[in-house]
Amino acid sequence: MKCLVIVEHDSQKNKPVTLNTITAASNIDKNIEAIVIGCKIDKVVDEIKKSNLLKYVHVFDHENFERQLAENLSNCVVNFLNDNDFTHILAPSSTFGKNLLPKIATKLDVQQISDVSNVIDENTFERPIYAGNAIAKVKSNDKIKVLTVRTTCFEPCETSSSCEVIKHENKTVPSDKVAFVKHDSSKSDRPELTSAKIIISGGRGLQNGENFKLLEVIADKLGAAMGASRAAVDAGFVPNDWQVGQTGKIVAPDLYIAVGISGAIQHIAGIKDSKFIACINKDEEAPIFNFSDYGLVADLFEALPQLEKKL
Amino acid sequence: MKTLVCVKRVIDYNVKIRVKTDKSGVETENVKMSMNPFDEIAVEEAVRLKEKGIISEIVILSIGSAMSQETIRTGLAMGGDRGILVVTEDISLEPLCVAKVIKSICDKENPELVIMGKQAIDDDFNQTGQILSTLMECPQATFASKIEKVDEKSFNITREVDGGLETIRSEIPCVITTDLRLNEPRYASLPNIMKAKQKKIEEIKAETLGIDLSKRLTIIEVNEPPERKPGVVVGDVDELVTKLKNEAKVI
Repeated sequence: MKCLVIVEHDSQKNKPVTLNTITAASNIDKNIEAIVIGCKIDKVVDEIKKSNLLKYVHVFDHENFERQLAENLSNCVVNFLNDNDFTHILAPSSTFGKNLLPKIATKLDVQQISDVSNVIDENTFERPIYAGNAIAKVKSNDKIKVLTVRTTCFEPCETSSSCEVIKHENKTVPSDKVAFVKHDSSKSDRPELTSAKIIISGGRGLQNGENFKLLEVIADKLGAAMGASRAAVDAGFVPNDWQVGQTGKIVAPDLYIAVGISGAIQHIAGIKDSKFIACINKDEEAPIFNFSDYGLVADLFEALPQLEKKL
Repeated sequence: MKTLVCVKRVIDYNVKIRVKTDKSGVETENVKMSMNPFDEIAVEEAVRLKEKGIISEIVILSIGSAMSQETIRTGLAMGGDRGILVVTEDISLEPLCVAKVIKSICDKENPELVIMGKQAIDDDFNQTGQILSTLMECPQATFASKIEKVDEKSFNITREVDGGLETIRSEIPCVITTDLRLNEPRYASLPNIMKAKQKKIEEIKAETLGIDLSKRLTIIEVNEPPERKPGVVVGDVDELVTKLKNEAKVI
């Protein structure tokens, strides 16, 4: 058995989720190699080769890969796999991995398993379905297993060693049907919802968009990301991309603070993997209390300024 | 420009999911079913593109039991022109099979755009669009939050990626998967619901397509997620902060 981990990076730095993916691979087999595809990626390679669990790092450094288009990356990986035998191909279940890995699986004619949250054995994996409301244990009958990994379920691999780096010639040509136009980074200095350690979210109880400033000052102090319930998004208080829940973002921070959120099923589905959930709600009957480690029955307009002062 | 929109019938997002006691799956008997919310966004986008005169015909495709007729009707009531239902006995086909079925419909219909939700909220695979584009050897634009026509042959698609937005230019034909921010789907009006009843839905039996629909994955069991331990109600903000600092150690 041999695992290949596809490294997610931004040309300058390895994305931390790669390290969690390497740990997931180590639960399958100790023979783990990584592949880095990009353009001018020396820094990324220097960083990733320190991973304690890796045997080799394969590098494709070519201008065709400056923009991480799935069409070009998938061709490169599949071409590499023609000359190298691997039994398991893994990538983080980020937008990068979700975009890329199904293309590789298709070219290998295998059924990818998405969002692996637990490795049972080399063929058997657990994954959340119905937004985490059920956990499916599935066995793959394919010869090669292609897996995206729910990285919040695995610790990051340590990085205190050094492994051999193998540079490869690129033999693929870029797609002429698709081109990169631009990338707009989120303007916010806040962490991303899907990778934040702390998230503070507001619901209908906030009453309007202006009142989200009460959450903002707390988020600033905690270095937290900001989210919202579907009710708050539907009411137009905040933009759609703030929505946490089954049809929004699925999050798993160390601490999730729900303010003025009643706890509809579809919201709970998006937050239940959080390590700790705290809530502030004036309705003590609100379902959110059943899912919270710490609940405070209070008027949020009084509690939030107090909370801000205490932090 | 002909557009194919793929829709899936799933358990309504407001329904509390119950795992079957024999662990074979989740309870679907007597449960409200709806169109997958992300597919609803796909239908809405197609209708808007048609209203702008960019596309000419919207074909709504679903794969499933005869009950999926209802889901197609919903799409037709929103503004789809006609429907295709690929009838299967097995309603839990894996994404690879689903994409192969869609591909065979595309070979016949030759749509220039294929739009579908980024994932279905039942199996949560998030693969079908990516697989389809690979099979069709055409570009993919996943997690779309904006679709703009550039010229007769290409679109700019803005994609929601971790940490921002990415815009790519894709030639047609291409496969687009929709994210939440793309639009807010309309409610079908009563006259449009009535009109939709007259629209044609062609039924095709899956086994006539000559595609291997066998499963690659075996579901061993489906379990309830681990329950959260019951929490405590704190007296005031001071106590909350103290607990978060000293007990949970998260701030």
